[in-house]
Amino acid sequence: MSSVREEGKDRIIFVTKEDHQAPSSAELVEEDPNDPYEERGLILPSGEINWNCPCLGGMASGPCGTDFKEAFSCFHYSKEEVKGSDCLEQFRAMQECMQRYPELYPQEDEKERQESSPETDQTTQDSAPAEMSTPNSTSAPVQDSNPTPPSAPADPTPPPTESLGES
Amino acid sequence: MSTGAAGGGGGGGDNKLYVLLVGAAFLGGGVYAYQTVRGDKQRYQDRLTEIASRPNKAAAGQPSAYIQSEAPAVEATETEEVHEQVSEPQAAPAAEESSPPAPAVEESSPPAPAVEESSPPAPAAEESSPPTPATEEPAPSETTELPPAAEPVVEASAEEPAEQPAAPVVEDAVDSAPSPAKFPSHAPYLLIGGGTASFAAARSIRARDPGARVLIVTEEPDLPYMRPPLSKELWFSDDPSVTDTLRFKQWNGKERSIYFQPPSFYISPEELDSAENGGVAVLTGKKVVHMDVRGNKVQLNDDTEISYDKCLIATGGVPRNLQVIERAGDEVMERTSLFRKIEDFKALDKVSRNAKSITIIGGGFLGSELACALGRRSTESGLEVIQMFPERGNMGKVLPEYLSNWTTEKVKREGVKVVAEALVKAVTYKDDKVEIQLKDGRVVKTDHIVAAVGLEPSVDLAKSAGLEVDSDFGGYRVNAELQARSNIWVAGDAACFYDIRLGRRRVEHHDHAVVSGRLAGENMTGANKPYWHQSMFWSDLGPDVGYEAIGIVDSSLPTVGVFAKATAKDTPKAATEKSGTGIRSESETEAVAISPVASSTPAPTVEHHKDDYGKGVIFYLRDKVVVGIILWNVFNRMPIARKIIKDGEEHADLNEVAKLFNIHED
Repeated sequence: MSSVREEGKDRIIFVTKEDHQAPSSAELVEEDPNDPYEERGLILPSGEINWNCPCLGGMASGPCGTDFKEAFSCFHYSKEEVKGSDCLEQFRAMQECMQRYPELYPQEDEKERQESSPETDQTTQDSAPAEMSTPNSTSAPVQDSNPTPPSAPADPTPPPTESLGES
Repeated sequence: MSTGAAGGGGGGGDNKLYVLLVGAAFLGGGVYAYQTVRGDKQRYQDRLTEIASRPNKAAAGQPSAYIQSEAPAVEATETEEVHEQVSEPQAAPAAEESSPPAPAVEESSPPAPAVEESSPPAPAAEESSPPTPATEEPAPSETTELPPAAEPVVEASAEEPAEQPAAPVVEDAVDSAPSPAKFPSHAPYLLIGGGTASFAAARSIRARDPGARVLIVTEEPDLPYMRPPLSKELWFSDDPSVTDTLRFKQWNGKERSIYFQPPSFYISPEELDSAENGGVAVLTGKKVVHMDVRGNKVQLNDDTEISYDKCLIATGGVPRNLQVIERAGDEVMERTSLFRKIEDFKALDKVSRNAKSITIIGGGFLGSELACALGRRSTESGLEVIQMFPERGNMGKVLPEYLSNWTTEKVKREGVKVVAEALVKAVTYKDDKVEIQLKDGRVVKTDHIVAAVGLEPSVDLAKSAGLEVDSDFGGYRVNAELQARSNIWVAGDAACFYDIRLGRRRVEHHDHAVVSGRLAGENMTGANKPYWHQSMFWSDLGPDVGYEAIGIVDSSLPTVGVFAKATAKDTPKAATEKSGTGIRSESETEAVAISPVASSTPAPTVEHHKDDYGKGVIFYLRDKVVVGIILWNVFNRMPIARKIIKDGEEHADLNEVAKLFNIHED
């Protein structure tokens, strides 16, 4: 059973696992998916890409930002059967750019990338970034997402498809 | 020469002797006076020549590159006075410069003893460009221009007398030197301050405005970096060269630098205007001293002006000091350090290796973290670590009393001598020790003091810019969208903003700097969003105490704490245990919530309390609404906490709310 103690204005409750077994009766306000104030994930309600998503790290803002945006936009709007197959030119340009900045976009193994960047893999409906043959695009976000991640993690929506234990 | 009228008798021999003595004294005095006056006149002439050459040198010394190359001249201490005199104006900036240029100069000085001051800096300049990779490109280009100019001058004037070279050399240097304004005169996006908020804003702007040209102007010599590791992770690193590399291991085992991005991420200020896709340029070592809001421009400390379209003020703050210390004299001040920047970290690291006793004054986040970090070192080195503060326990202003006491016990276990309820009355330097006298009579003797007593927000521009400063919280007063006036936003530690949910406040945490910086960047590119996403903060005090918090966490508010009853399995574990501490908020990005390995050792019981506050959640209430939450040794639940605060609802039973956190699970 839980024990309660008061120390002045502070109340202290100790609970066992059993005490907390029953589902909570606390009511939470329903989320409004179109709330303009809320932080957004990678894809905005309008369907556009949120370049400022913390999940992208510094990909859209670095020296290769423009190339990245073009490649990823092309992929996002691609209607081809093999999504993004009509964007090879843009991806090539992006890769070329990234090769010029190995410090920022380290060339890692495909496998290592996928393990270390699960959030970008599942981040969007487009899991292609991981599949695409541009190794750096997935490793870079990990690289960059750490720097300013403090708010990235704070963002509940980026991985809507996976649960971080929140509604 | 006087000859006393000895004639006339009267006194005879005595008189003569007397006259002789007086005469000799008079003669001696006269000779002395004459020589002094002559010497003074000579010195006066010398001084005038130096002063004449000094204004030229000072002008040439403005660009940071010059300061870097001239600075070594101070340390080289050439025997000629001339060097000292001329280098004086640069003595102050020189103090801030990195040490690499200094050894460069010392090497060059022997081969050129008789040469005037510009030549030692010349070879030094060439050598200094490699050691200063962090500075933007203008630096190397300027320094390389100096040597060619100086060399011919050196040869020409080597024959001239020592005093003369000063003037012509300097003039030549001035002519050959590029004009000080080696950076754009206009920046579409101008960010004042080069810290976390500024960097987050830069990133946001670049993401939203394609091809944006962003200029960051910072007083510090460093590119934007994150602060939390300076008082945590960097101290736990096994790498002996950590003070140079500034790299640390994150909770997931990966290593990274405290710098947000390596230098290659940025473009140089000169390239800003011409870069095809824009970029972020950082101007280091420059301070904005005046802001002309009407004219949309700012003035730097070297008198150059930069105009802007949109401006962000993210100037952060400077650490406060105790008045008793400031008034205690040089010897105490020399043994006192404040802590905020990279240089402070390096300095304290050095002190901790040499001193036998360090006292930290301050019981808040910074003070407690430093105490724990140094306390850990004390076990290896025998360093005595003392922490004193006016509250009754560590984090006394943040944690409710029972938790503050518990935390204090943990801090003591880290090897720290905690002196609570300590009000400093006076500080003196006695017998080669710093003596701190407390108001209740206790005396603490130590070698070095670290003052961690708060931050003074930097609002220097308020006057010239006509910006409002908040009297309750300090900092620039801005609205919910972080705007101070049209085209001017403020973010980070310096921003006193209106929080729609929690009211007006000013927050001095890392995640807030990121969140507010990002928001400011969004609003600078037309978003018009208010501060809504609540930032969080965290602290680790040793391996047993780790917590994350969000909202208003003020110990004066009534609290309700719900803790898991301790079982043998519940060792308080923080993400720290896995592989060194990590930036806690980062763990939320990683989808893989690595559950810390459950240690088999039973929960250590607190001496005099049967309940161990192993893990739980604490709610802070204001008018029955939860305004703050601490997650005590439970991780990866911040989104739930954020949701509860966002809702702002009155909950009848907080135990039910606590259930949402699943505190019994990992």
